[in-house]
Amino acid sequence: MENNILLGHGSGGRLTHNLIKDLFVKHFDNPILRQQTDSALLKINSANLAFTTDSYVVDPIFFPGGNIGKLAVCGTVNDLAVSGAIPKYLSASFIIEEGFSIKELDLIITSMADEAKKAGMLIVTGDTKVVNKGQCDKLFINTSGIGILDEKFRSISTGEKIIAGDKIIINGSIADHGMTIMAARNFGNFKTEIKSDCACLNSLIKKIIDTTHQIKFMRDATRGGIATILCELTENNHIGIEVEESMVPINEKVRGMCELLGFDPFYVANEGKIILIVPAEDADNVVSAMKQNEFGKDAAIIGEVVDVHHGKAILKTGIGGNRIIDMLADEQLPRIC
Amino acid sequence: MKYIDEYRDKDLVNLLIEKISTLTAQDITLMEVCGGHTWAIQKFGIPSLLPKNIRLLSGPGCPVCVTSKKFIDQAVAYSRLPDTIITTYGDLIRVPGSTSSLNIEKSKGGDVRIVYSVLDALKIAKENPSKKIIFLGIGFETTAPGSATGIVNAENDKLSNFFLFSAHKIMPPAMTALIDEGVKINGYIAPGHVSVITGSHIYEDFPAKYHIGCVISGFEPVDILQSIYMLVKQIHDKKFCVEIQYKRVVKPEGNIKAQELMKEVFILRDDWWRGLGILKNSGLAVNEKYRKFDAEKMIPVMVEETKDEKGCICGEILKGLKKPNQCKLFGTICTTSNPIGACMVSHEGACNAYFRFNK
Repeated sequence: MENNILLGHGSGGRLTHNLIKDLFVKHFDNPILRQQTDSALLKINSANLAFTTDSYVVDPIFFPGGNIGKLAVCGTVNDLAVSGAIPKYLSASFIIEEGFSIKELDLIITSMADEAKKAGMLIVTGDTKVVNKGQCDKLFINTSGIGILDEKFRSISTGEKIIAGDKIIINGSIADHGMTIMAARNFGNFKTEIKSDCACLNSLIKKIIDTTHQIKFMRDATRGGIATILCELTENNHIGIEVEESMVPINEKVRGMCELLGFDPFYVANEGKIILIVPAEDADNVVSAMKQNEFGKDAAIIGEVVDVHHGKAILKTGIGGNRIIDMLADEQLPRIC
Repeated sequence: MKYIDEYRDKDLVNLLIEKISTLTAQDITLMEVCGGHTWAIQKFGIPSLLPKNIRLLSGPGCPVCVTSKKFIDQAVAYSRLPDTIITTYGDLIRVPGSTSSLNIEKSKGGDVRIVYSVLDALKIAKENPSKKIIFLGIGFETTAPGSATGIVNAENDKLSNFFLFSAHKIMPPAMTALIDEGVKINGYIAPGHVSVITGSHIYEDFPAKYHIGCVISGFEPVDILQSIYMLVKQIHDKKFCVEIQYKRVVKPEGNIKAQELMKEVFILRDDWWRGLGILKNSGLAVNEKYRKFDAEKMIPVMVEETKDEKGCICGEILKGLKKPNQCKLFGTICTTSNPIGACMVSHEGACNAYFRFNK
């Protein structure tokens, strides 16, 4: 392990995984943590609960399509919802830099309240700390969330019931959030109309659950993009995956920006995208149902689980070639969320 | 997307593969010199489409890969100086030096900033008049004119705090050295963006002296496959020449203005290449006229003794003598998240591309 923390340790890619494995899981070790699901799956008395936490340090704090507050609510809601849980309660903690504008804070808190209301969540507890100027950058937010989980959905987080032939579905275009943040930072002097896909997806996920009770796996593709999810899934479950590049939706403007700057959109962050796996016979129905929701209009089947090359995700490129999808090795873009 | 999708057309790709397959069954080894080609070839999965008799080797055209460890060590030493800002293209910050890297120095508080262009470095210089801004100039004829522009602009803007630390190199000496060393190839897929600057004449020696064809290629799958077809056809017809496939941007005479800028600012010097050693007149140093912008001359610094990695075969990989998976460090000790050799660092490096897409 390196002697010092590098930005890559926060990328969500290989360095983050190594840090979690070699330090956090090693010392905090317990059966619930060991599952390494997006939300911890808890059983308290007879109640099944999903519990998750996330910190938000996005720079800039306001960007087209959202702000740090909206992101902080949506991110945690989505982590709960993809576990199959119904999100219920949120906490919200703020680390604020001395001198930060109360007017801007008001805008951020207002959008948090709006998002929580839309998602049917109550923000029930929180904390406030202020640090000297220069000791944090404007505002960092942590949110934690609790949701109620139906026993039959416990396997959604781990993907343990996935079998060959299952279909892989995404709810829309990839890489919007990451490229929006790049543009908002004036990276490459872009003027573009693209905006973040940041959104609470619990209404979409409810629609999916109402359509099929056989969701094999669901995960929101944030840092590290859809590539990272697919890699984790194949490595942890020792399954093979094949994805058709031409089937993966991407906004032309986002694609153009990726091409120009040399980013692979498969690795660029999303904040409103889920990857889900369902039995082949349910796939078309699920996609049709998703298309009826505002956050699933561009839903598509992008690939399938296969009984070969176990432990590897293969991308069938647009020209018909094959290549491996590997996990991101270092930071692609720090402070993306 | 216009200007992209046409060059990724599946039917065209299939047609080219078929033409390559039917033309010859002869075993043919082609080398793509440019790291951008290595990346594209792996990204699009081109090896999985080619007939078995056509083998592609990666050459010494990844700037990060051929740069010496001593250069990294010196950049690390610069980053430890007070009131100094290091500006660099992104890939370089992860390249391991003898005991540190720019990434590690950054985590310890060194001011190391990634820029996309030398113009960003000039902007930083203007905004920080009390600090020394060192731009790490790496790359071939593609990026050297950019660095030259940086120096000329710095002169025009009367900047006294901008410095270039040059590891710039030129391509032809390395391509010649490979053949002289006995690397067995039947043709060069010649670098596209280098040729935009230089034009096509720099490759004339290869068909004339060595009977090796050169096709200057674009970077999209159809470009690369068409270039492979053109080379295979030259080999089949035994008529070797320099051809331009990448006609939409490469002109035979190149970019005269960029060539003049390079001549204005740089002077040729002998330079060290990973895997190839010292090659005569293969590097670009800042000339006497612009001495005041030359970091090497103007900013003295103590540099630690350079230590090379044991067991790393980047050198042989860069020469096309070995494939990445023949290195005993590959995928075990040396991975994309813990690169030992430079070829594992850059997206354009043969080991990195091989690790990410084939492993």
